[in-house]
Amino acid sequence: MSETTYREAINRGLGDAMAADERVLLLGEDIAAAGGPFKVTNGLLERFGPERVLDTPISEQAIVGAAIGAAIRGLRPMAELMFADFAGVCFDGIANELAKYRYMTGGQVEVPVVIRLANGAGGGFAAQHSQTCENWFLNVPGLKIVAPATPADAYGLLRSAFDDPDPVLYFEHKHLYNHKGALAKAPAAVPIGRADVVAAGTDVTIVANQMMRLRAEEALGELERAGVSAELIDPRTIAPLDLETVGESVAKTNRLLVVQESPADGSWGASLISRLVQDHFELLDAPPRLLACEATPAPYAANLEAAWMPGVADIVAAATDVVAF
Amino acid sequence: MPATTDLPEQLDWLRSMYEIRYFEEEVQRLFSDGQVRGSTHLCQGQEAVAVGACRGLEPDDTMTCTYRGHGAVLAKGAPLDRTFGEIMGKAEGLCGGKGGSMHLTDASVGALGSFAIVGAHLPIANGVALAERHLKTGRVSLCFFGDGSTNIGAFHEALNLAQIWRLPVIFVCENNQYGEYSPIASTTPMTVLADRADAYAMAKDRIDGNDVGVVHASVRAAADRARAGDGPTLIEAITYRHKGHSRTDPATYRPAGELEEWLERDPIALHRAALAEAGVAEEDLDAVRQVAEDTVVAALERARSWDEPALATRLQDVLA
Repeated sequence: MSETTYREAINRGLGDAMAADERVLLLGEDIAAAGGPFKVTNGLLERFGPERVLDTPISEQAIVGAAIGAAIRGLRPMAELMFADFAGVCFDGIANELAKYRYMTGGQVEVPVVIRLANGAGGGFAAQHSQTCENWFLNVPGLKIVAPATPADAYGLLRSAFDDPDPVLYFEHKHLYNHKGALAKAPAAVPIGRADVVAAGTDVTIVANQMMRLRAEEALGELERAGVSAELIDPRTIAPLDLETVGESVAKTNRLLVVQESPADGSWGASLISRLVQDHFELLDAPPRLLACEATPAPYAANLEAAWMPGVADIVAAATDVVAF
Repeated sequence: MPATTDLPEQLDWLRSMYEIRYFEEEVQRLFSDGQVRGSTHLCQGQEAVAVGACRGLEPDDTMTCTYRGHGAVLAKGAPLDRTFGEIMGKAEGLCGGKGGSMHLTDASVGALGSFAIVGAHLPIANGVALAERHLKTGRVSLCFFGDGSTNIGAFHEALNLAQIWRLPVIFVCENNQYGEYSPIASTTPMTVLADRADAYAMAKDRIDGNDVGVVHASVRAAADRARAGDGPTLIEAITYRHKGHSRTDPATYRPAGELEEWLERDPIALHRAALAEAGVAEEDLDAVRQVAEDTVVAALERARSWDEPALATRLQDVLA
């Protein structure tokens, strides 16, 4: 076990996936010679050669289409889209082709594509380079969506994504690239669809992912000092959501707070609460609470951006409110 | 008539074109009878492109096409009965009744998909070609699309990438003169669509899409280039859509006399005349036509007898 950055964990996951399966190849803008815009693919060209690590033009539709076509012919392609916001350019390829191809052919084709997208705010990249975009795809059956927060989950979910027969959208949070955490010498795969109970507690269940999970972890100490025992769950996978783990937790705490780095409407947090209320209304002692970003694009200025997204103090306040109800 | 193909092969092209023609006429009737849901896009008049191109490939080469793809999928080898079955929403349809007219797919014969988003499959055809090259299969990937597709972004991204990577892909533009209801001249500032290839330094060919032998030769040459590692080709096949865009379109926007002019150059009649010229007796040509018609009718009868899909199947094939 050693300390590794989130970036290094993804890099290692890519390298290990390529070493384990020669059908894996990587496509994306500046991922080969330049090692990736965030240096996540550094060294892979040198290690695996230009036939498996391919630089593309700035053509997201062409990248996603190439990955789909290669996948249906037996390869395991990964397409890197750089900033997750750029998924807007190839939304058709993801929502209409990648997600529906298996279904509309009656299962004649398998489309094991991994798409990597750099999510999230916190770095002052402003409106078109900061959104967490996983919610765009929630209403499209046929996709799996993961969004890891820690180096171990980043590695483990990436390996599972490459082993999965279905399309997987892999959202990595760009503000976490330098975040350090433990990574085993031979790290384990993390199953898609399984949440992680990060900290056990009895008074309130907090569900948070990516940067919000880290902020929630910070909030735990303060809540504890105030006498609140919070259970923290990182869903890790957004589709399919692990409702069972959250349900089991709420059965214990009877209170639920969801924290997400995106506006509330049409989000995974809204879906989670809707399903929880529908299935477990009798468990709840307080209205579930969704702590979300304000319903505006991500602002640029540091103070505006900080105010726009939930911070540690907001999480503490919201959890305290839910418990006090 | 290219010397590289023999007479039995050319008679088989005729059979295949007749089958597609009769198939489409039956689909038109089925639609009028309320047995086809949604919409359906017919390809009468464009049979020579489908047949010439698919026969210019090797059997294990692959093909992707558009929602106007009945002819292409049949030409690639999909069985008539299961193709009818799919359009009629039957359990034994090619896609189990989940795709319908616009998504006909028979991966077992290399008909990898029909796509109903204009231009969306051109990038996918590239990916297929990338895999064939990566896996050193020697196969080529052929992609049919309409003239209207040349104005959508995916077309340009796909051609650019195909040429940069010199992929073994053949882009076949079926220029049937209309994008939906609009004549190509009203939407496109150039008259020779093959010239789009120049922007990507790509090989091009502009051909008579109503001459099956010409289409065959052009695709064969493009496939040879692709297999040799010399990259993609854009082929513009000039043809004509005898019917409207979809079954609700009477195509009243066409100038008087235009359809009649094109009917004079009907691809089936042209090929039949060429075969007669080559010495095939009229009764033998009639026999080919009759066999095709009987085959289509029998296939439709089989498809009619099939059950609708079991309700539980609707939840399958979303994920593995």
